Amino acid sequence: MTGDRVNRQIKLKWLVAGLSAAVFAWASVNAAQRGSENTTPAADAAAVTPQLFRLTEAQYRASIADIFGADIRVAGRFEPDLRVDGLLAVGGSTISVTRGGFEQYEAIARTIADQVTDPAHRGTLVGCGPSAVDPDGRACAKTFFERVGLRLYRRPLGPSEIALAMKNWDDARQQLGGDFYVATSAALSGLLSGMEFIFRIENTTADPARPGARTLDAWSRASRISYLLWNSTPDEELLAAAKSGALMTDAGLAAQVDRLMASPRFINGARAFFDDYLRFDDLNTVSKDGTIYPRYRAAVTGDAREQTLRTIVDLLIVKRGDFRDLLTTRQVAMNGMLSPLYKIPVDQKGWAMHEFGPNEPRAGILTQIAFLAGHSHPGRSSATLRGKAIREILMCDPIPAPPANVNFTVVQDVNNPKLLTARARVQAHLDDEECASCHKRMDPMGLALENYDGAGQYRTSENGVPIDATGELDGVKFDGAVQLGQALRNNPKVSACLVETALRYSFGRRLTAMDDGMLARLKTQFSTDGYHVPDLIRAIVLSPTYYAVTPAVKRPRRLAQLAAGAKG
Amino acid sequence: MLRGVMRGGAVVLALPFLDYFLDTNGTAIAASLGGGRMPVRFGTWFWGCGMIPGRWNPTKAGSAYDLPAQLAPLKPVQQHVSILSNFAVPLEGQANSPHYSGNIAIRTGSAAEGWQKIAAPTLDVIISDAIGSGSVFRSLDLSPSGNPRTSYSYRNGSSQNAAIPTPLEMYQKIFGTDFHDPNAAAFTPDPHYMVRKSILSGVTDERRKLMQRIGAADRARVDQYFTSVREIEQKLALQLEKPPPAEACRVPAKPQEIAASTDITQREAGHKVMADMLAMALACNQTKVFNMTFSEALAELRSDGSTTGYHQSTHEELTDRTLGYQPTVDKFATQCMGAWADFVTSMAAVKEGDGTLLDNMLVFAHSDVSFAKNHDPNGIPMMTAGRAGGKIKAGIHINGNGDSVTRVGLTLQQVMGVPADAWGAAGSRTNRTLTELLA
Repeated sequence: MTGDRVNRQIKLKWLVAGLSAAVFAWASVNAAQRGSENTTPAADAAAVTPQLFRLTEAQYRASIADIFGADIRVAGRFEPDLRVDGLLAVGGSTISVTRGGFEQYEAIARTIADQVTDPAHRGTLVGCGPSAVDPDGRACAKTFFERVGLRLYRRPLGPSEIALAMKNWDDARQQLGGDFYVATSAALSGLLSGMEFIFRIENTTADPARPGARTLDAWSRASRISYLLWNSTPDEELLAAAKSGALMTDAGLAAQVDRLMASPRFINGARAFFDDYLRFDDLNTVSKDGTIYPRYRAAVTGDAREQTLRTIVDLLIVKRGDFRDLLTTRQVAMNGMLSPLYKIPVDQKGWAMHEFGPNEPRAGILTQIAFLAGHSHPGRSSATLRGKAIREILMCDPIPAPPANVNFTVVQDVNNPKLLTARARVQAHLDDEECASCHKRMDPMGLALENYDGAGQYRTSENGVPIDATGELDGVKFDGAVQLGQALRNNPKVSACLVETALRYSFGRRLTAMDDGMLARLKTQFSTDGYHVPDLIRAIVLSPTYYAVTPAVKRPRRLAQLAAGAKG
Repeated sequence: MLRGVMRGGAVVLALPFLDYFLDTNGTAIAASLGGGRMPVRFGTWFWGCGMIPGRWNPTKAGSAYDLPAQLAPLKPVQQHVSILSNFAVPLEGQANSPHYSGNIAIRTGSAAEGWQKIAAPTLDVIISDAIGSGSVFRSLDLSPSGNPRTSYSYRNGSSQNAAIPTPLEMYQKIFGTDFHDPNAAAFTPDPHYMVRKSILSGVTDERRKLMQRIGAADRARVDQYFTSVREIEQKLALQLEKPPPAEACRVPAKPQEIAASTDITQREAGHKVMADMLAMALACNQTKVFNMTFSEALAELRSDGSTTGYHQSTHEELTDRTLGYQPTVDKFATQCMGAWADFVTSMAAVKEGDGTLLDNMLVFAHSDVSFAKNHDPNGIPMMTAGRAGGKIKAGIHINGNGDSVTRVGLTLQQVMGVPADAWGAAGSRTNRTLTELLA
């Protein structure tokens, strides 16, 4: 599959999708205008709307690659991202930078700046140097900082920012021996260490469509849609659209959104969303017992993550499939590392799409190794962990922590001769009233996946006893993972949860009651339009509500008086 | 930084940000090192999944306490270790959140259901704020787990101090290119540090405007960012000065990388390398505060080839009727105490002044539960090691008789010079110092 082919396919589909999205956008404008009566002044609005989003490690890396080239090495360990409300994207609007974290950012910044200015890159990336008309290279340095500053801060540098970069350049030149490139590297590392690069900082402006209300300014819009759709920094064309004001118009915004979504790089954005949605960063710490699962080599986990993401991209982006089919698809990306665990012969080294036969026990992403091994223990499967993941990730139905004094001894004893299978062991959960309230929501689905061991390998028995993989979800009975996938595919909670998660991801914050209207509209549109994820994302980014600054909840009069120090 | 609590939420006023605009060079801070008395260092050592009370709690109080089976590995270092048994975690009407409530209460003075909901910084952060500023690193957060998230050091619920997760990364961070041997004869200030420091100290009009227009939550985050920048500036300032000599400092060799593992024997090996390296980091004045997290609260440790890990075993293993306890759990818990004994040994092996490095340390070890099988938050095992420069007793057993764990946290802060006369939230707040521990 080539990038051009993806490009053409996506463009063609958008011709069809565009009309419905435009109608939706119009409806959203009207809805937003109707709601404008209740908006409050911008100062209050700013108090409740996060304006700083720390770039994720993936976004930082992609931004550097886009600005300076993929051969610039980003070496070092980043401070971990934080998962809030199920998403790292939401955590990005709550975290700051610790001292240890900043030390890393500063060190990484210096290694990047040194590479950009080294002899191998300076010609292309700096593009000028000391010359007859500019003997110390000062004019060149200023031009460079203005140009690269626009890319790094995703807006033009302000006068004092340029002045500071030049002061840093002058200081470095004076103290480090006068070399142009050494000084340029030092000052560049300052820009890279700046919070304006490490954080995506949003700014607002008066909303021309809603008198008295605020909306994101053009530069902030460019960053928001770029990091959402590409998981990376805006390119020069998008920044030009911000500069011209085009992003503040419906037509100009739609043109850029369609361009970004038609690009092969939209796949990066989609992968980032699904990686976060499925909590795949947790796979970084998955390890399996090599004695129990000898086929599960260390490299399997990374390839398993890649397998599911490739499967998703193929179905939802390349083929513009129905989101729900992720739970039933027999198409899977496969490579030679993973094929032994699936017990299928695959000789090629790279990736290729593989189709499981109708009688094979694999269908849907829940039967892939990333999900199965990721929600298991190092040495055995876990019906409860898998069931919990399905509830929380796919159904947006959080499971509370277990009661503190629960006695697991009977339910989990793998050596008890009477409790040979996971089903027999977890049945005791369901016999205990306190446990049952949560376990009946998790275990039946997890038990349907018991035909796969802790490494995701298929099996028909546990300890010599045939596995019973039957269960029921919301009145739909199933037997085994394939039928479970079918039941989940047709369960409206799953598609509704995807919409809710996509909206949280897109906003990078928790949803509030203010978002209920937008959420309801998106859910309806998603189901009536055929469950196409790109259409959902497009509907979000073309909605004026997406750029509106969330107003503060109006305080009761008495409380407002107290806050203002009024008497009586 | 000013802190308060308004309607249950922490409020942080942005004093450090204002402070940030002031230009300081950190000279005074550097002068606090060396010059006579050895600095007293504070650290925590954490292991997950607690112990089996009947196999861990000594029966005899005071000095020459008995060593039940799970404490047997401490025999060679018993004179350095004090046992704090039978202290309670006041839940203040909150649910006991398994593996969280007890750990959080011990570290923050108030139980919470999860780290994201904590109302105050952890003990180590409070102490680091008080004493950490004269060192190259304000704190070193370490774990041999391979996972940077294996850390229980938090500024607030959304600010976790991530762990350095492998021996090799630890070496590179402390003894890599930025390290200055305090005993080297020559010292030439590297102007690169001056340039780096100067670059970080710059403030633009655009940032000032930003601070005026952002909301309170974002402002607190920006404030924290600037505090972090400021601390790195101070570190760079220190690196421009000749470090005071440190007689016990011997620069360690670069370690072989030990693959991070959940296998407990391999974990112990990685931990030992990191403990030895930490001892030298302390002796070489690189930090005065540290956290070593041996295993996670939900201890992921296991033994290669076994289908059931430590945490699972605590809940699933049947009590052996002959022995009267869970044998696998007992083995894991005892091995964790072996790792703790290794740690103490590493610190005690370094001669410093008239005694050892450990004599000038206060190490606080604790777990997240007592009896893991039922997540008991009362009687969570706690210990100290070292004498804090002569301020505390070592080698004694104090039975808390159900007193609040906040007494321990308060005492640790006071010993380390934090001006606190009371500690803990709501009903668990106490002003009662654990005087039995004081020398």
